[in-house]
Amino acid sequence: MKKSVILGALTVAACAAGAAGAATLDDVKARGKLNCGTNTGLVGFAAPDANGDWQGFDVAVCRAVAAAVLGDSSAVEFVPTTGKTRFTALASGEIDMLVRNTTWTFSRDVDLKFTFVGVNYYDGQGFMVPKALGVSSAKELDGATVCIQTGTTTELNLADFFRVNNITYEPVPIETNEQAQQQYLAGACDVYTTDASGLAATRATFEDPTAHVVLPEIISKEPLGPLVRHGDDEWADIVRWTLNALIAAEEYGVTSANIDELAAAPTTNPEINRLLGTEGGLGEMLGLPADWAVKAIKAGGNYGELFEKYIGQNTPIGLARGLNAQWTDGGLMYAPPFR
Amino acid sequence: MSGTHAHSAAFVRDRMIPQEPPPDRSIGALGWLRQNLFSSWLNAALTLVSLALIGALLAAVLPWVVHSSWTANSLSECREQIKAAYGPEESGACWAVIRERWSQLIFGFYPSEIYWRPILAFGTALGGLAPVLFPGVPRRALYLTAAAPFLVPWLLWGGTVWLPVAVAFGFVLGYAGFRVVAPWAGGILGAIAAGLVPVLWWLLLAGKAAGGLQEILPLGIEPVSSRNFGGFMLSITIGLTAITLSLPIGILLALGRQSRMFIVKVICVGVIEFVRGVPLITLLFVAWLLLNYFMPPNTNFDIILRVIIMVTLFASAYVAEVIRGGLAALPRGQYEAADALGLDYWKAQRLIVMPQALKISIPGIVSTFIGVFKDTTLVSIIGLLDPVGFSNSIRADVNWNGIVWELYGFIALMFFIFCFSMSRYSMYLERRLRTGHR
Repeated sequence: MKKSVILGALTVAACAAGAAGAATLDDVKARGKLNCGTNTGLVGFAAPDANGDWQGFDVAVCRAVAAAVLGDSSAVEFVPTTGKTRFTALASGEIDMLVRNTTWTFSRDVDLKFTFVGVNYYDGQGFMVPKALGVSSAKELDGATVCIQTGTTTELNLADFFRVNNITYEPVPIETNEQAQQQYLAGACDVYTTDASGLAATRATFEDPTAHVVLPEIISKEPLGPLVRHGDDEWADIVRWTLNALIAAEEYGVTSANIDELAAAPTTNPEINRLLGTEGGLGEMLGLPADWAVKAIKAGGNYGELFEKYIGQNTPIGLARGLNAQWTDGGLMYAPPFR
Repeated sequence: MSGTHAHSAAFVRDRMIPQEPPPDRSIGALGWLRQNLFSSWLNAALTLVSLALIGALLAAVLPWVVHSSWTANSLSECREQIKAAYGPEESGACWAVIRERWSQLIFGFYPSEIYWRPILAFGTALGGLAPVLFPGVPRRALYLTAAAPFLVPWLLWGGTVWLPVAVAFGFVLGYAGFRVVAPWAGGILGAIAAGLVPVLWWLLLAGKAAGGLQEILPLGIEPVSSRNFGGFMLSITIGLTAITLSLPIGILLALGRQSRMFIVKVICVGVIEFVRGVPLITLLFVAWLLLNYFMPPNTNFDIILRVIIMVTLFASAYVAEVIRGGLAALPRGQYEAADALGLDYWKAQRLIVMPQALKISIPGIVSTFIGVFKDTTLVSIIGLLDPVGFSNSIRADVNWNGIVWELYGFIALMFFIFCFSMSRYSMYLERRLRTGHR
């Protein structure tokens, strides 16, 4: 029944085998599309809207890279991946880059042979409890029942935290976030623990969010960022510096509103000039047009604008900048100099 | 005599009484109720308890279903609308999510301006199946059956019209090869030619021929990539292909398993037992992960095609075993009768064995098909957005985060419609084929 498809696939396979080994940048340019691995669905970070367009904080990084490389923020083929398929998809070349809430860890970087190019969101594991429980610190949770996703690092972090503080807990294993929401609301567990961004998103869906509090303790480090395959440093540089451009743009006050004006002619700030390509030849060094960063920033805005649009205080998720504020505001977002 | 008898009996009927209608309490609705629900005290009590349970269930569910919002644009707006309309303590279904996203649950990311193509494709597929499924359909519809395997993928994936034409031409070549080779080299070499020629054509020349024809006379429709497939369209594409292909493959495997030829038998037993011994989810992971590693880098072997192959293999192994059950149920005499008539192997299978064996196996085959269709939801685990996978993506939208029952309810309803129709068809088929061995 699908003979023609078999045939098409074989033909494509034969052609593609010849082109194997070329640089990722050339592949992307030849294809005219960036294959970007994202989540099959994570609130605020990646989700299709009613028109079928992917939206979200992770998705925005894909779009920025596509804009920088191809000049078109819509030239992205989004490949939804699950926790089990994401690394294979990247390793096998099915996707050019992966932006899927992936924690930067030693073994993923070294053993799985990926290159993490930076961090677009500093997350950490937190706790949510009903206000009626009257708990104000995670250290008061002795003997609590805890809803926890099995087989994740959150499970190990939880065990560590309770052991270090010499208190006991009873785990209620659950599979997915939605299941956890149902269990937690039904009172099957006193505490729900997962990444703080996930807790905030979950809490926002409750009928009465004010009846639940997220405790102040963050018990793990989860730096989430985009990653690419080992071995193609030119491509890694492009993704890394596109992310840095978004972060630097916020620091220098370059927004999607004033970027046209700033990029039209050299300004008095040489750093902005180099970033926007009106001075120096940074784009050329990357193998991209001089206005690569302008296009990347115009795709959705600078880092701060993206944050506010998808996960910030004015969205239902309502995350505060916290660690993700600029270093000038006491956060960890720190782009190396554009020079 | 009669006189003495008349004295000894108090009453003698001397004429027939007219026929009376049965008493009211044994006919009509009342009679049905007495017979089926209240035939004894115990049954009456059980009926009342069941009614109370059903009533309680409906009382709990119906208000939720009815006190709903169809017009909101987010979950919180739904809640506000429901509270405004039905009182502050009410909670109800937020069907608005179905209103906004039904097209995605059914077509995935397929471009909305060409929704007619999958609809036409599945219409064609059903039209092609009709003459096989129902006896009343005119035989001329068999032309559609022959064309459907080429038309349907072309409509779904689009692209040049010459590719399906070139693929179909392979079958013509195969037939021609058989007619040319068989008369002077015998049936077996003819059969080999019939198999080899089209495969060589497909692998080596068909793509180029299609490309050449496309340059001379460009005819085609907008291509749609597999990544845009999703929702029920994906489930039906995988399910329908697996179902239609697994029956013939299953029959061949079942026959091979009974074959007296050692190699054929070992291969068939090996395939069946291996595939049945492995969970479908494992096969899907093989399709996604291992093939990715084994094939040359940047190979683009369509993921839907990989999944279809695996699901078809899985279904075929199960169908083969169901049919083996049917074969085993046939009395030995049927095989011997076929031999006695002087029929060769294929004629005996076609005319005597298979019609009976398949008839016996219908319920088992249809259960396997229903199972396969429902198993297509497992593809969400490898990142394909079937209805269940898509419900997760919809829930990731800030506006609809937290919606569970409405989406699952809709998906369950759709699946029920498909599976129930399959089940009804199988009952119809059993009735039609009942030739009265009772």
